[in-house]
Amino acid sequence: MVKRIMEKFYVGLILLFLYAPIFVLIVLSFNQAKSRSKWGGFTLHWYRELFKNKYIMNALYTTLIIALLSALIATIIGTVAAIAISSMRKPPRTILIGITNIPLLNADIVTGLSLMLLFVALRFTLGFTSVLISHITFNIPYVILSVMPKIRQLSPNTYEAALDLGASPIYAFFKVILPDIFPGVLTGFFLAFTMSLDDFVITHFTKGPQINTLSTKIYTEVRKGIKPEIYALSTLMFIAVLLLLVIINRRNADKKDTIKKFD
Amino acid sequence: MTDNKLINLINISKSYGDNVVLDELNLYIRENEFLTLLGPSGCGKTTTLRIIGGFENPDKGQVIFEGKDITKLPPNERQLNTVFQKYALFTHMTIAENIAFGLKIKKKSKDYINDKIKYALKLVNLDGFENRMPDSLSGGQQQRIAIARAIVNEPKVLLLDEPLGALDLKLRQDMQYELIRLKNELGITFIYVTHDQEEALTMSDTVVVMNQGYIQQIGSPEDIYNEPQNAFVADFIGESNILPSIMIEDKLVNILGTSFACVDTGFGRNKPVDVVIRPEDIDLVKPEDGIIKGVVTSLLFKGVHYEMEVNANGHDWLVHSTDLVPVGNEVGIWVDPYDIQIMNKPESEDEEAVELDI
Repeated sequence: MVKRIMEKFYVGLILLFLYAPIFVLIVLSFNQAKSRSKWGGFTLHWYRELFKNKYIMNALYTTLIIALLSALIATIIGTVAAIAISSMRKPPRTILIGITNIPLLNADIVTGLSLMLLFVALRFTLGFTSVLISHITFNIPYVILSVMPKIRQLSPNTYEAALDLGASPIYAFFKVILPDIFPGVLTGFFLAFTMSLDDFVITHFTKGPQINTLSTKIYTEVRKGIKPEIYALSTLMFIAVLLLLVIINRRNADKKDTIKKFD
Repeated sequence: MTDNKLINLINISKSYGDNVVLDELNLYIRENEFLTLLGPSGCGKTTTLRIIGGFENPDKGQVIFEGKDITKLPPNERQLNTVFQKYALFTHMTIAENIAFGLKIKKKSKDYINDKIKYALKLVNLDGFENRMPDSLSGGQQQRIAIARAIVNEPKVLLLDEPLGALDLKLRQDMQYELIRLKNELGITFIYVTHDQEEALTMSDTVVVMNQGYIQQIGSPEDIYNEPQNAFVADFIGESNILPSIMIEDKLVNILGTSFACVDTGFGRNKPVDVVIRPEDIDLVKPEDGIIKGVVTSLLFKGVHYEMEVNANGHDWLVHSTDLVPVGNEVGIWVDPYDIQIMNKPESEDEEAVELDI
């Protein structure tokens, strides 16, 4: 009995530490008073303000477009790369996996700085395109990392079996290989999407003066003093990510259920 | 089985780096034949099958199918289908979708495909499995689906790469009967790869014993078992006593210093040979009635028979007998002339491949 209470208490403690800060943020976003320590009644005022703020809306748009495009392109490049790497012989494969992992381990600031230097050296104007290219660059390893295990799980003969039954290599890839590794590809996409949404350092170095993503925008806003609009914005982002997670989990759970039904 | 040669492999060589897997291999497969490639791992049997299937290109040589050279043809354009060891079912598709895969590519009508699915499932005794997923099936069932998926395409040849390798013993034996029945009902050619000699002997019309990239012997299961042509085949197929001997003259061989009557001729006079005697062909008789005398040194009960070792002329003879002779007893060894199989000594190192690596 004591053990069970302790267990519940422990789980409660963990949840508290994890979610208390976010909970405070959410509460504050509905606080009518501008103060951070006093409750002045419930309001949706800050949300209205948020959607009226052209700069923030612009930054949100840029962030989403860059996240979507970079995740999409990185997913395609990364998946193709993962397939190529796994069909290599052992020595070059190990080397290539090592090389693709370097950007993961590299400090963001080093990646950001070196990308900026590269763009400058190539006389490439910093702006939307340079941010997009940078995000694709640091997203590719995440995609490779999540697709690779799925490819290893493939039965070595699956692709050959498809060819054997008359499929052309391209048909075999889309009908047989892709569906089998798709969970990995999807995970890679979402990981890349989140990484891109999340990134501040690399964007900061490669964005130039013209554009802002949410993180760089928040950074400049915070320097002027935090407005409750930012709480509202953060709350919305948190809810969006939460919804995304719930959808992915539900999808996975559904799949397992259909398999179980047949047992 | 007809005499019509359906597939002809001519001078096939294949190596990976320095490792020669196949060296100048020549083999033909007749229409309607059940041919088994048998050998230890690394003998080149799977590579041979993969070359026929089009998954590997030989470095040298030709693959002739119905008179046409298909050496460079990709697998999706060959009129044969493969059943893989690990089933290789498409896990995200239902059983029906798996079976329909090849037919959809060939743009067959819906009715035709549905009929074929029903027919194939009935053939492999899995009626009503259309809407199940591959993961929900046992290993044996999955393998039967893999066979169904291959045969609906009406291939002229079915290639089977150790299809029973991942199944347990009882299931493997049941599946052997299933495969023989399928082969007879379909009336097509089966090329079967295995390292299991029992499987090979049970199912095949023709067994091809391979080792280290060379064909050691081609023959019916009876030929392979009763008249192995070299020590490798004798040792790989079943248990045997392989004894260095001297062929004194036709029908007389000196084994370990004692002369035995045999039925083989044409080996020449006083020529060194290897003799194979199967343990079940040795009769234990009274000491004075035997060709040579020996002493029983070990005794094991094996269920169907006793396995004994008899030391005679300085050699431990392996004997299988249903009669028990206690350890330490003196016995006579008797071998009927037609149970003595004479083999030429290997002429080159390549042929001498007695070392087994399984």
